Amino acid sequence: MFQTAPEISLGEAVSDSHLAAYRFMLRARLLDDKFAALYRAGKIHGGVFLGRGQEALSASLGLALNKTDVFAPLIRDAAGRLAFGESILDAVRTYMGSSLGPMRGRDGNVHRGRPKDGYLPMISHLGAMISVVNGILIARRFKKITGTVGAACLGDGATSTGAFHEAMNQAAVEKLPLVMVVADNQYAYSTPTASQFACADLADKGIGYGIATHSVDATDLTACLKIVGGAVTQARNGGGPQLIIAKLLRLCGHGEHDDAHYIVPELKNSTLGRDCLKVAEETILRQNWVDAAQLAVWRSNIIQEIEEAVAQVQREPAPDPFTEEWRAIASEHLSETHNA
Amino acid sequence: MSNITYLEAIREAQAHALRDDPRVFIYGQDVGAFGGAFKATKNLAKEFPGRVMDSPISEDAMVGMAVGAAIEGMRPIIEMQFADFSTVGFNQIVNQAATLFWRTNVSCPITVRLPFGGTSGGGPFHSQCLEAIYAHYPGLIVLTPATVEDAYSMLLEAVAIDDPVVFCEHKFLYYHLKADKLPSEALPIGKARIAREGRDLTIVTYSAMVHEALAAAVELSADGWEVEIVDLRSIKPLDTDTVMASVARTGKLLCVGEAWPWGGVTAEIIARVSCEGYGLLDAAPQRLNAKDTPVPYHPNLWAAHRPTARSIAAAARNLLNQ
Ligand SMILES: Cc1ncc(C[n+]2csc(CCOP(=O)(O)OP(=O)(O)O)c2C)c(N)n1
Ligand SMILES: [Mg+2]
Repeated sequence: MFQTAPEISLGEAVSDSHLAAYRFMLRARLLDDKFAALYRAGKIHGGVFLGRGQEALSASLGLALNKTDVFAPLIRDAAGRLAFGESILDAVRTYMGSSLGPMRGRDGNVHRGRPKDGYLPMISHLGAMISVVNGILIARRFKKITGTVGAACLGDGATSTGAFHEAMNQAAVEKLPLVMVVADNQYAYSTPTASQFACADLADKGIGYGIATHSVDATDLTACLKIVGGAVTQARNGGGPQLIIAKLLRLCGHGEHDDAHYIVPELKNSTLGRDCLKVAEETILRQNWVDAAQLAVWRSNIIQEIEEAVAQVQREPAPDPFTEEWRAIASEHLSETHNA
Repeated sequence: MSNITYLEAIREAQAHALRDDPRVFIYGQDVGAFGGAFKATKNLAKEFPGRVMDSPISEDAMVGMAVGAAIEGMRPIIEMQFADFSTVGFNQIVNQAATLFWRTNVSCPITVRLPFGGTSGGGPFHSQCLEAIYAHYPGLIVLTPATVEDAYSMLLEAVAIDDPVVFCEHKFLYYHLKADKLPSEALPIGKARIAREGRDLTIVTYSAMVHEALAAAVELSADGWEVEIVDLRSIKPLDTDTVMASVARTGKLLCVGEAWPWGGVTAEIIARVSCEGYGLLDAAPQRLNAKDTPVPYHPNLWAAHRPTARSIAAAARNLLNQ
């Protein structure tokens, strides 16, 4: 089910938004941990892709969006998905291939969404979702719907695709309220950024497109809330497309099959290598917004919620090839299938 | 309206769709005030302000944008300037548009217009016939109208149906083909048409090759052969029943396509007829396609590269004499 965020709302005060974001970050981290455990136990078909280290950025984006906005997350956006309104159940059902999930076992893992809720299910081909967001925004312009924005997420590696370039340029030409969030996590699978682009900083690309560009230290939740929230507001208020370049380090393998031995120690030991969840937690405790006991309660409640969801999904029916409708088009009357 | 061309029929169908359905808009290179490279959108930007949009040269983003707009309830028509350039948007067509319904149960009503096929002097990159590669992917409807009437009615139906349609409109037919008036009713998508009746041999073909085959049939009738011609109209879905019924009448099958031979439409038809109608055949089914090279530039080479009335008649004679 697509739902509104459980009893977490973004208040006015810094502490409110920080705590709300932190709780989505924690949910995402614990959910990711569970998927990793299920993967190691052989309970998941195919790969598992985690957002470890990317939660501050992702949660800040999810929280900055309204439920009527458009969101095209990518592989490392568990936090943003939850903050935008995805239920833990949707995520678990998709990873486990439940026929009751939004993808009904037809697609899996991070390829999940509910298009009619403005929550787009990524296809694997990197960069391909951005122009789809543009299309929704153009349609809304036709329909005279104002005040909504569309956000798309991408990694540093995917900025090298033609699809990224075409879609950024398209958004700029059409002056669309697109917020493009690039998580520059220093690697695309094993490829370091030096082999990916030659500009001094990815933010330089924004100049070429003629759009507003922002940089943020994505290990710092406070900075993410401010910069991402600000960019979303600017897009919402008619400021045109916004490009956010977020600096961080991927704190896991590309997927759970990957030990990421190639990540160099200098990066791990730099400030980029900080864990945003720990940084956020330290801020909370230092500011005394809540105490450690409260954090522990949140953690155990989330774990219980996740365990219940997994237990429930494990009892749910798997898709049945005999009752499956093997039809790829909506027009039933045109659906010749040919199996000769 | 009299003497309306295939190209004008396409323009009229788009005008009709824009007039009747506020969800329709057109997006493509130079389609706005300029009216499109072939003038298929002539005056439409003026008639329908804001709804005929010039795009940057970004075939990937053009199709991606259309998919997003369709999700939001619109019915976009994308004009590729030439079918050949649709390969730059290939990923969005075959992986984004074609998978959306199956993955999410949300339909994707977009129409991608592909001005395709050979014309004199077109050369390797302005002549391609890409229907087979699109038909290969589940989730797409692929149409190849051969007549002015079909160009009009099938484009209207393409916009109306809930699936992504690759609409292959033949550039050679744009100006050559004329009709007295536009049709008010038509065969639905998915039904083939008997373009000429005959008892001796079935030629299955589509698009511009229908006219080459018709010319071949006239030549053959002088020798007393009566050739039946099936115009497929739609490549996917493929009307196997009409093909099979024709082969049942004639016992002989020649498939003709302007596209390259490898894994193409003619191969698919022969596979179906051989598998499902082996007993209907009095001779091994044959096919005639373009040569397996890029499309040549010079008219002498081009004329020999693709099937023509003469080469079709020769292939048909071979089969008829067996
Ligand atoms: C067009 C395309 N090419 C290749 C891949 C395979 N692939 C999946 S993820 C990935 C690396 C992506 O790196 P980046 O964009 O930096 O994102 P990150 O994984 O670091 O979050 C690659 C090469 C793909 N999904 N799409
Ligand atoms: Mg990366």
